[in-house]
Amino acid sequence: MSEENITGTMKAAIILFPGSNRERDALRAVEKIAKAKPCVVWHGEHTLPAGTDLAVLPGGFSYGDYLRCGAIAARAPIMDAVRAHAGRGGLVLGICNGFQILVEAGLLPGVLMRNANLRFICRMQHLTVERADTPFTARYAKGQIIKVAIAHGEGNYVADGETIARIEGDGRVAFRYCDARAGREGGANPNASVNDIAGIYSERFNVLGLMPHPENLIDPLVGGTDGRGLFESLAGFTKAA
Amino acid sequence: MKARVVVTLKDGILDPQGNAIEGALKSLGIAGIDSLRQGKIFEIELATNDPITAEGLLRDACEKLLANQVVEDFQVELR
Repeated sequence: MSEENITGTMKAAIILFPGSNRERDALRAVEKIAKAKPCVVWHGEHTLPAGTDLAVLPGGFSYGDYLRCGAIAARAPIMDAVRAHAGRGGLVLGICNGFQILVEAGLLPGVLMRNANLRFICRMQHLTVERADTPFTARYAKGQIIKVAIAHGEGNYVADGETIARIEGDGRVAFRYCDARAGREGGANPNASVNDIAGIYSERFNVLGLMPHPENLIDPLVGGTDGRGLFESLAGFTKAA
Repeated sequence: MKARVVVTLKDGILDPQGNAIEGALKSLGIAGIDSLRQGKIFEIELATNDPITAEGLLRDACEKLLANQVVEDFQVELR
């Protein structure tokens, strides 16, 4: 791996919790594709590095999924700083366990419950990109079907009816599970998530949580590059900002 | 004093683990179970002996961490 991208303009903080395990994948995608300057921040810190544009909560099994997935990490000291960063309009990306932490921290609504079939699901999965006008998806097309990896036991998104209606009404669904032809029937939804939701935005679209792993699909060597668009979008966003 | 906090899924929330346990009990030939929901119990020892203080701090603990009120209810029992 060359280090030619180390001088990127965006500053990204990858938050490391005990039990995170995808932080290097996230760091590599942020550095090589989003052209950002990444650093790793320990969960016990109380502040993000000055000038942080993007905070990334990577995948893994923080605290061994004790109590509920993401529940204990969501109460870590660094999360107050992440909450303040989001409050200022800063970008926050939570992937898989990072998404679970964001909902437990109240930065996104709802909760991720056990997959309906009780299985840990590790496979490739098609998604539709629901909108292409956010900092995270500008380099995709609206309605585009992408194929990325999923690897989770608790990805079944649940919220009360009123919350779901609000999320849908505000267009805050980022990605939905589908099959290769954008169909939603016959097992296209791996975990019984409400409305096939795979990822959602905050009210201001500066916080994204998603169960799939776009950071693992940035290199043809590992089976696809459909995840690059998300990080290319982030790279483009900094230039525009 | 001692306390027990019971956290259960709200009505209407899918409980696949409870369903699997219910199925396993049926397969063991244990008849007469109409439904089963899984929850969590926390056994807690408190420094205080004052039930009002205890109830207050346990509610706080439930609301801040022990239960996710999006999908779970909690009950506090002092003993």
